[in-house]
Amino acid sequence: MAGSFWRRALLPLGTLVGLILLWQACCMIFRIAPYTLPQPWDIARRMAEDGPRLLDQTWSTLRLALKGIGLGIAFGVVSAVLFHLIPGVRAALSPIIIITQNIPLIALGPLLIIWFGFGILPKLILLALVCYFPIAWSMLAGLGQAAPHLREYLAMIGASRFEVLRRLELPASLPYLFSGLKITATYSITAAIVAEWLGASEGIGHYLVLKSKGYDTTGVFAAIVCIVTLSLAFYGLAVLLERFAIRWRPERATAAEGGKAS
Amino acid sequence: MSDGASRAKLRLENISKSYVRKGRRFLVLDDLSLTVGEGEFVTLLGPSGSGKSTLFRLIGGVERPDAGRVYLDGADTTGRRGQISYMPQQASLFPWMSVAANISSALATAGIERRRAAALAEEWLGRVGLGDVAGAYPHVLSGGMQQRVSFLRALLMPRGVMCLDEPFAALDALTRADMQAWLLQLWEEERRSVLFVTHSIEEALTLSDRIYVLSPAPARVLREIRVPFPRPRRQEVWTEPAFVSLKQEVLELLSQRGAAHGV
Repeated sequence: MAGSFWRRALLPLGTLVGLILLWQACCMIFRIAPYTLPQPWDIARRMAEDGPRLLDQTWSTLRLALKGIGLGIAFGVVSAVLFHLIPGVRAALSPIIIITQNIPLIALGPLLIIWFGFGILPKLILLALVCYFPIAWSMLAGLGQAAPHLREYLAMIGASRFEVLRRLELPASLPYLFSGLKITATYSITAAIVAEWLGASEGIGHYLVLKSKGYDTTGVFAAIVCIVTLSLAFYGLAVLLERFAIRWRPERATAAEGGKAS
Repeated sequence: MSDGASRAKLRLENISKSYVRKGRRFLVLDDLSLTVGEGEFVTLLGPSGSGKSTLFRLIGGVERPDAGRVYLDGADTTGRRGQISYMPQQASLFPWMSVAANISSALATAGIERRRAAALAEEWLGRVGLGDVAGAYPHVLSGGMQQRVSFLRALLMPRGVMCLDEPFAALDALTRADMQAWLLQLWEEERRSVLFVTHSIEEALTLSDRIYVLSPAPARVLREIRVPFPRPRRQEVWTEPAFVSLKQEVLELLSQRGAAHGV
């Protein structure tokens, strides 16, 4: 027990602390200029001094990212179900969706600002586009993955299409939905930063632009720490939600009872 | 067949079905006719791969026969779903639903009002000694217990005929004997019309009123056997001399046809 705790928590934590100490030592020994690489100690001090502002900016980014995830889940789940239920829709629309996924955010962002102004709308569109794809595609895969013997059972007792969806396909797709959500959770933060970078008056992305333009490398690092923390927190939240929503044991790879069709 | 034809709960008339695989036609069921009377336990006995599960899909309306009709209570239900209750070979319980919810949601599909379905499930789980696991997820149950839940789910569906597709095939010998005794007792109390599929001769002789012995594919009825043992039947029925001679008869019937694996 102690051994596994050591390996799972203390070892990676120790490595991280060691690296930071090494970084600190290098900066001090080689007298590296703060605008090239600030000392971890300076970054920590800056974060403490600038705490309220950083917290404020982070909070604003968090709200934006949450809105994006919400939109992504809503559109993703609805469209996955529609694609699954109506044959042909998926084939017709998936090229367009895949094309939108391959336009670089850096190119798309300014375009959206030209079309929709500097308000919240272009940012939300950008975020929704990013958050939508992992949710929709993993859920769509999940809807088609329901165990064949359960499908057969429902067919034999005469369940309707809607019942098959509600009782079998939707619950069976939940684990897939959550693996999509975990990807989206971290994507959403990155997308929110890009959106703020392109044009915003608040948010940690905006803060990052200000500090970077002023050659305040220490400030940039402070922002990075906030962003990473936020990403990790989102990922952790998705994992927690998953544990809460999926309380039955994930089905074993194949049914151990064996199955033979005649 | 004396009482079967007129009061038949389920009647299959001249059913034929073939599949096309790799451009070739395979006949699976060849002009099959059978009946299940009201409150009768009828078994289809045949070697593995003799198209028994295909026959069930036809009765369940999931597929249509190439020729022939399916009648339930005298009405033609060929190709119509939702007419029978069904117990598959694998327990097929939904892993995200509690044991009780697995039963009650199936009853809701069969048209029973939700609250009554939940009450029925609760009541019957208690009655067969599974009350303690009503709220548990299926994966905590043993294979035998899962099959009990699956049987109960089929039994409680308000439908004329229960179709049981090799329900004990995946269980170990001891659990299987246990399940047969359990099923025998429960069925003799309830007397539902049952069509049971197995490839175990002992199981067929222990449980059934009548047995249709099927040939290897394409399946035809080789013989219809009326099982003479009285009800209520004990599980020790296999010790009777008549049991042994019937078993002998079926074995010969199947081995003549080159079915080496007729257990």
